[in-house]
Amino acid sequence: MVTQPKILLLDDDQDFLDLYREMLSQHLSCLPDVRVASTGARALALLESEQFHLLIVDLNMPKMDGLQVLSIARRKYPELRLVILTGIREEQFRTRAYAMGVDQYWIKPESDQEMGLFMESIESLLSREAKGGFRGVQSKSLVDIVQLECLSQSSTVLKITNGAAEGKIWIQNGEVIHAEGPGMTAEPAFQRILTWKTGSFENLPADLAQTRTIFTSYQGLLLNTAQALDEAASQLAEAPSEGSAAAEAASSAPQLAELSQLNGVEFVLALGTDENSPQDSWGLENPKPVAEWMRQTLEDFNSLGEALQVGQLQQVVGTGPQRKVALAPMGKSELCVGFSPSIAAEELRETMKNISSKWVF
Amino acid sequence: MGLLNFLSKSDRPKLVHLPSGSFTIDREGKIMTSTLPQSFSAARMQEIGQPVIASFQAAKVAQMPLAEVIIHFAALKILARELRGGAIIFLMPQCLNQPLRRPKH
Repeated sequence: MVTQPKILLLDDDQDFLDLYREMLSQHLSCLPDVRVASTGARALALLESEQFHLLIVDLNMPKMDGLQVLSIARRKYPELRLVILTGIREEQFRTRAYAMGVDQYWIKPESDQEMGLFMESIESLLSREAKGGFRGVQSKSLVDIVQLECLSQSSTVLKITNGAAEGKIWIQNGEVIHAEGPGMTAEPAFQRILTWKTGSFENLPADLAQTRTIFTSYQGLLLNTAQALDEAASQLAEAPSEGSAAAEAASSAPQLAELSQLNGVEFVLALGTDENSPQDSWGLENPKPVAEWMRQTLEDFNSLGEALQVGQLQQVVGTGPQRKVALAPMGKSELCVGFSPSIAAEELRETMKNISSKWVF
Repeated sequence: MGLLNFLSKSDRPKLVHLPSGSFTIDREGKIMTSTLPQSFSAARMQEIGQPVIASFQAAKVAQMPLAEVIIHFAALKILARELRGGAIIFLMPQCLNQPLRRPKH
């Protein structure tokens, strides 16, 4: 971190604030700028006016408690690191705090050793911020992955899965030599695979016996693919407004059909989180009333979760005489999946997890 | 009378503790019975019960009647069973250190 890290410390005990301000500003090697606030409102005002890297909060405070402050801070400042430093040992509050997205939950240190550990953890949190870097491969597109393999002159087979679809790309000494996708091979398969926006990939050992079917350089291949994607996108943009909704719905239609292959699934309904966004369904004769129920239920329970401070709504599962139904927010979409009534609860949860990992946002 | 209240810090925060237990609510949203501690107010129970009842009713309108709804939050599980237009609602706070699956015997 080039700039001096800034920490905001929130507690209603002035002695505590004085002590910890001194400790944090003098004993951390990064010499942070430590600001203090004795009320939640004051802390939020400071966060509004200045940029902080870390917020350390006590839970027990008058008027606005720590969980309320955290809930607002997490929503408004997603980059801000959050640490709880409290005397409350109850497991429930620890769970709720982590569910709300805090980075660490600390019981106020009572010995030198505990204080040392706390200071180390704060130092580590701030240095992690300084180093930056990726938290996972999810932010990498397939184009990035192919480029990385080719630039490093690798020989490997990339196996890519996207829902039920699977594809393979053969790379030999940094050149793409062959590809196989759903029902196609060579360059068309490569282009098809690169249109997938999410999924998983694994590196298989190099297959030196594979016959070469692609003779374009990898840069050429990526350029061709980018061009094809741009053309497809511009065609969609040029379509009339009614058609654009249909096109959007059509783009998710194959995905819904893939979900229907999963065991026990009877219908699928997908909605955008925006009220005016199009809905798309598979296996439902009249999706409108189900969509209304789904939107209202998710909205109500999301508000309830915020009011109770119990973290994000993960899933709603309903059981009726005719079927079971599961609702879940999936990034920018909301999904409703109908299951046969005989499906076991465990299997239903596993299927929903499976869907959530494969869903293209 | 009230001496202890006077001595205690009146502006001490009240972090809402989520207890385990159940309550029943009728179709009008009135709390009928509860096994939850008194510290968990009736207003809180209604706050939970109303969207549950609304969800049961809306599901019926959508031709998809439901007898049970389980709402999974990161730190709380709510299980609600329909009772003649009302509901019996179980609150089950989730803890990080509880086993994920019931051990097989």
